[in-house]
Parts: sequence; C-alpha cells; structure tokens
Amino acid sequence: MELSGGEVLIEALKEEGVEYIFGYPGGAVLHIYDALYEQNSVKHILVRHEQGATHAADGYARATGKAGVVLVTSGPGATNAVTGIATAFMDSIPMVIISGQVQSRFIGSDAFQEVDCIGITRPCVKHNFLVDSLESFAETIKKAFHVATTGRPGPVVIDIPKDFTTPGIKVPFDYPKTVEMRSYTPALEGHPGQIRKAVDLILSARRPMIYSGGGVVLGDASEQLTKFSRLLNYPVTNTLMGLGAFPSTDPQFVGMLGMHGTYEANMGMHDCDVLIAIGARFDDRVTGELESFCPHAKIVHVDIDPASISKNVKVDVPIVGNVAQVLGEMIKLIEATDKRADEDDLNDWWAQMRGWQSKECLSYDQSDEVIKPQAVIEAVWRATNGDAYVTSDVGQHQMWVAQYYPFDKPRRWINSGGLGTMGFGLPAALGVQLAFPDETVVCVTGEASIQMCIQELSTCLQYGTPVKIICLNNRYMGMVRQWQEFSYEKRYSHSYMDALPDFVKLTESYGHVGMRIENPADVDKSLQEAFAMKDRLVFMDFVTDQTENVYPMIEAGKGHHEMRLKPSRELA
Amino acid sequence: MRHVIAVLLENESGALSRVAGLFSARGYNIESLTVAPTNDPTLSRITIVTSGTERVIEQIIKQLNKLVEVVRLTDLSEISCIEREIMLVKVRAVESGREEVKRLTDIFRGRILDVTDTSYVIELTGDDQKITAFLDALGPDNLLEVVRSGATGIARGEKALKV
Ligand SMILES: Cc1cc2nc3c(=O)[nH]c(=O)nc-3n(C[C@H](O)[C@H](O)[C@H](O)COP(=O)(O)OP(=O)(O)OC[C@H]3O[C@@H](n4cnc5c(N)ncnc54)[C@H](O)[C@@H]3O)c2cc1C
Ligand SMILES: Cc1ncc(C[n+]2csc(CCOP(=O)(O)OP(=O)(O)O)c2C)c(N)n1
Ligand SMILES: [Mg+2]
Repeated sequence: MELSGGEVLIEALKEEGVEYIFGYPGGAVLHIYDALYEQNSVKHILVRHEQGATHAADGYARATGKAGVVLVTSGPGATNAVTGIATAFMDSIPMVIISGQVQSRFIGSDAFQEVDCIGITRPCVKHNFLVDSLESFAETIKKAFHVATTGRPGPVVIDIPKDFTTPGIKVPFDYPKTVEMRSYTPALEGHPGQIRKAVDLILSARRPMIYSGGGVVLGDASEQLTKFSRLLNYPVTNTLMGLGAFPSTDPQFVGMLGMHGTYEANMGMHDCDVLIAIGARFDDRVTGELESFCPHAKIVHVDIDPASISKNVKVDVPIVGNVAQVLGEMIKLIEATDKRADEDDLNDWWAQMRGWQSKECLSYDQSDEVIKPQAVIEAVWRATNGDAYVTSDVGQHQMWVAQYYPFDKPRRWINSGGLGTMGFGLPAALGVQLAFPDETVVCVTGEASIQMCIQELSTCLQYGTPVKIICLNNRYMGMVRQWQEFSYEKRYSHSYMDALPDFVKLTESYGHVGMRIENPADVDKSLQEAFAMKDRLVFMDFVTDQTENVYPMIEAGKGHHEMRLKPSRELA
Repeated sequence: MRHVIAVLLENESGALSRVAGLFSARGYNIESLTVAPTNDPTLSRITIVTSGTERVIEQIIKQLNKLVEVVRLTDLSEISCIEREIMLVKVRAVESGREEVKRLTDIFRGRILDVTDTSYVIELTGDDQKITAFLDALGPDNLLEVVRSGATGIARGEKALKV
C-alpha cells in the first residue's frame, strides 16, 4: 500500500484504535485535513480553540485510559496547545499531539507561522519528535503511542513538516507491530526482595496509613488497591488525583489528604508509624511543610517512575514498578502468612481515627437564604447517584467536589491537579462525553474558570454532547479571594468578577439550555429537571454564597497536624 | 560534592538540548559539559560535571535516565576513574618570562603549539586539579586567553559504559 503522509497518519491512527482526533485546521496541516476529508474511521472533532482540543483529548484519555489525540497547525496552533500539553504532562496523561510544521526546507528561516514547537514543548512533554522524512513517519507515530502510554504515561508531540504530507508523494505503508527503543525501557516489575521487605514492614505496623494517588488510577489498579487495603484493614487516604481509586464511601476511607484534605487523614499522616505510598508523588499540596511531614513514619513507596521516589521525601523501602503488579505480589505474600498487625494496636489506631473524625471537619453552615456551594455538590451527588463522570475547573469549586462528591470508581473524577489549569473543565467534559455518550457527564466550574474555554459550548452543540454544567457562581475568583482573606488582610486585589455575562442568555445563544438558580429551595428540583434533559447541554448557574471558604486548610509553611478548621468548629 | 557523569545517548538532533534543558529547567548546576559522537555513530557521549547534595545528584541521575534518548549513564565519581580535560592557553611570554613559562610547561608536561615574539599557545591535558594548578603557576597577569574543553572521563579496569 502506497500512502501520502496524511494517509499514513490516518492509517496509523486506525491501527492504534483511535476513535477521535481533536483538532483545528491551518496551513501546515491542510494536507492532513484533506486526507481526513473522505474517511469515517477516525472521527475528527472540530474544537473552537486549540487549548480546548488538548483538554478534550485529555478528558477522553483520563476517562478511558487510552491515549487522547490532537491535531493542530504550526505557529499559533501549536502555542495554543501548550497549556493543554503541560496540563497533561503534570498529571501524567497519555496523549499524542500532532502539530504541523513549515516545510522542512524553511525550518529556521522565520517562515510564516513558524515556531520551534519541539523547543517550546520540550519541557512539558514526555518526549517529542520532529519528523525528518516521510519514510520514518509511520514508525515515529508508533513510537509516540508507545512512549505516551507505557511506563509513567505522558504527552508526546509529533511535529511534522508540511512537505512530508504532500498528497502526491507516497511511500509504502507498513505499520510496525512492535517497537524496540534501546533508550526507553520502563521498569514494570517491582524487585521481589524489596516487595518482601515492604510487606514485613507493613505487617509490623502499629499505626499504618495507606496513601494512594493518581498512579493507581493511571495503572488501573483500583481492584488490587481495594483488595490490599481490605486485607489489612488499614486507613486509606487518597490524593486529589487518586480519588475513586478506593471507594470513597467505604468506612475504611478517611478522605483526601493534603492542603484541603480531611482533618483525620492529615492527623493520620502526622501520627502514623508506617506510611504506604502507592502511585503518589509527595506533592507539596500533599506534604505541607516537609520538616514536619510524617515525623514518626517509616515509608514504603511504590512508583513506576524512579524519579518520583525520594524526590521530595526520603523513603525507607522504595519499589520501582507497576502498581498493579506490585500490589498483586504484596497481596500474595500477605495471603500466604498469618502474620498481621497487632489487633489491639490496630483497634486503638482506628479509635484514634474515629476520634478525629468526630470533629466533622467537613460540616458546614446550612442556609435557607443563600445557596451553599457545598450543598450544591451534595445535591449533584444525590441527583447522579454518585455515579457520574465529573470534570472540574480550578478553584474552590474543584475542592468542594473533591470533598463532597465521594467517588467510588476510578476515572470518574477528572480534573487538573498538577498544573491547576482554569479552562480545563468544559473541554474535558466534551472529551469524556464523546467517550461515553450514554453516561452522565457533569462539569463543575466557577464563573471565572468557565470563561477561559467557554467557546467550546459551540463544539458541544455541533457534536451533541449533553454535558451538565454546574457553575458555582460566587462572583469571585473564590480561591484567590480566600487566600487574600487569610494572608493579605482581606485586600481583595483583582479577584472580584465584575461585568459577568448573563450565563443563561449566553448559553441559549450557543443553542443550549440555561438555568439560573438563586434559592436554596430550588437546588434539588432544578437539578432533577436538568438531569432529565438527557440529550441537552444544560448550563446551571448557581448563585452561591459569595464568601464561603474551603475548609479545612493547611496554610503555607504548616504541617499536617496544624490544620485550620472552620472557625465555628475551632471554638467548639 | 563534585560529580562527573558520563551519558550515552542517541546521536539525534535535539538530544543534547534535552540534557541541557533538563539542567536549566530544574536548576541543576553544570560546571562543564562535553559532547561528541562515539565509535558507534548512532551514539553520542556526554560528560557532565556537576555538583550538589546527595539528594540532588540522585535526582539528576534519575531525571537523566528518564530522558527518552538517554541509553545509559554512569556516575564516574562513584567508581575509580580517569578524568581528563584539554586546555589551550595563550600566555604573554616576553624577556625572562619566556624561559619561565617554558620551564613550567615542561614540568606540567604541556606542549607549546605556537610561538610569537610576545606569546605562546600551550596545550595541557590533565584533570581539573592539574589544570587549575598550571593556571595558578602561570599567574593571572600573564594569561591572555584560556580555553578549556571541559572534563571527559572513563572508568578504570574492564568495566565499560557501552550498549
Ligand atoms: C487548587 C488546588 C488545590 C489542591 N489541593 C490538593 C489537596 O488538598 N490534596 C491533594 O492531594 N492534592 C491537591 N491538589 C493536587 C496537587 O497539586 C497534585 O496534583 C496531586 O496531589 C498529585 O497527586 P498524586 O501524588 O496522586 O500524583 P499524580 O500526579 O497523579 O502522579 C502519579 C504518580 O504515580 C506514578 N504512576 C503513574 N502510573 C503508575 C503505575 N502504573 N504504577 C505505579 N506508579 C505509577 C507516577 O510516576 C507519579 O509519581 C490541588 C490542586 C489544585 C489545583
Ligand atoms: C489559567 C489559570 N490562571 C490563573 C489561575 C490561578 N487561579 C486559581 S483558582 C483561581 C480562581 C478561580 O475562580 P472561579 O473559577 O470563579 O472558581 P472559585 O474559586 O470561585 O470556585 C485562579 C485565578 C489558574 N489556576 N489558572
Ligand atoms: Mg468564582
């Protein structure tokens, strides 16, 4: 089979099982768009901004576990994609981004719409390739998917000069079945000796904590994590990225940890004697002040990326390997022995845990005058039976989802944790809905965030994706305002959202349904109404309490045991 | 502490900038960096001299290993190794100084490559200490131009960094 570069791309994507490609055309990719024209095997989703394309592909990838695919043109197309690429990179999301480049002979000449895409994206990709010949294109695509999806996943950019996609110029197409890269051999299996050592330590614990993260979701190891945790009956806490990896409604789950985690999870971290870190990377939002991080604990750390281990916190038993495999081996060892943590110790530890829980750190003041944002999230949880795919933007609303929407399954909670990219929520929801047309997809957002990629409402209309947008409209960049309240003596510098659009009319002008909800009594009813509109996108603008804060909170420079609770609680 | 790290990487355009970019992006210090193809034309070898705490060096090695184009690397400072650097130095050499510079060059086993009425160009090979000592001996006032290649290194014994 002889194919042009554009056709090579499409055939290769077919071979990779790609359903959707999220893109936006331009000069450098016009040959590819021409090849896309008369074929149906790979569906192209025309976004309204390249950032939207990357977030949509990212949402698709997070929900399915498959690589998201993006196609953008050179120059501004590529630079617009950078935010989304960096977002995927920080959260280790498998993605393949194809960017057009000026003709190879013009590279370096400041040609029209030329940017050094390889140079610009280098620090925020797992790897990138500048295609140097049409002959090597197919193999490069194969390598890109391989690198993006194996080991610690991440985005991979393929920059392809326009002349290699010229319709008349063809090469024999033979898509490689496998790839060999001597310089890329991710570790898959944990060292048996280390695993044994870890299990010994784990079984000798008196006050153990299981701290698991996004790696469990990325590595599809929820089942193993759940089995492992139940076998031991140790308290489980999750990072923001790990939510859903262990059922959040399980009594063994003590909530998220970290800056806006629960009091019990953070106190547990501080007091534990053995910490079992699984697919988590000791991020600064999680550890708080490093000086006082887990002062009494011996630490086991399972991670597929050696560089995650002992990066921020020195660990005692490192295990480099795939979390599913390592947990599988640990389970076997635990099942093969009668040795268990001392029962009295464990009971005491749980009693301590229940004591911390009795502080009810997530309780909040109810109101029948103003809509409490937390109450909206709880109502959304009820309205969706806790089983929706929920994307979010960045800010207070994001934290409230993490706190008040207990996820019981992995890949349901889709948000930008590492980069914290406002504008992520709506396009991500588009990607998720395309992956699962029959599932309920909710985007929880704020009035500031939603405006960063609002143009994708148009894409949602074109492809009929009935996302339910829950906007917690507090007329503030709430998260910024909260920091200003706590740390800048309430000097609310530029965090007030003035001149807001009428979101109902705005949504309607995009051809969707808009609702404004101002009365707490209307929350449940209007949610019922919105979720009943199965095939419509509904934008629900909830006018919420303006100055509500996210509690509890660990402030900068503080340790896990120094959490700030809601003011009235602290007095109690 | 000072570390000399030898890296074998794919001899592809852009590979070097990934290594250099890693150091600048993560704030690691580079004292010197040399690069050239090896006998296997598909591979380049980089020698990086860096310094940092044990934790930082551990991260540098892990992050380097993580680069897709890095095939293999070794921290030469952890093993017995030979380290060499070449220096070309142009020194003022007039009157009695001419004899003195030549004598120093002989002591350090350098070679004079170029001679004019007022200057010499000297080639000297050695490790960091030797080169620094030679420069000190010449004295700062006489130095017209100093060119150092940066260190290269190889392990002693049969053990080799190869694919
Ligand atoms: C406003 C805001 C507030 C935040 N507050 C909090 C907070 O209170 N608490 C909190 O937890 N986070 C919070 N975050 C998120 C935080 O910034 C980090 O993104 C998050 O903590 C990282 O989660 P993680 O450690 O699970 O790592 P991830 O980023 O999910 O990384 C996954 C880790 O698993 C490894 N891995 C991947 N695949 C595998 C595999 N197959 N096998 C083994 N290992 C694997 C990777 O190498 C990596 O080390 C906040 C973010 C924002 C924007
Ligand atoms: C692109 C981008 N710019 C700036 C920020 C910093 N930031 C974090 S939260 C936030 C405010 C978000 O406001 P809103 O969307 O209304 O959410 P709220 O906190 O009010 O729930 C800002 C500006 C960011 N995370 N992303
Ligand atoms: Mg807001």
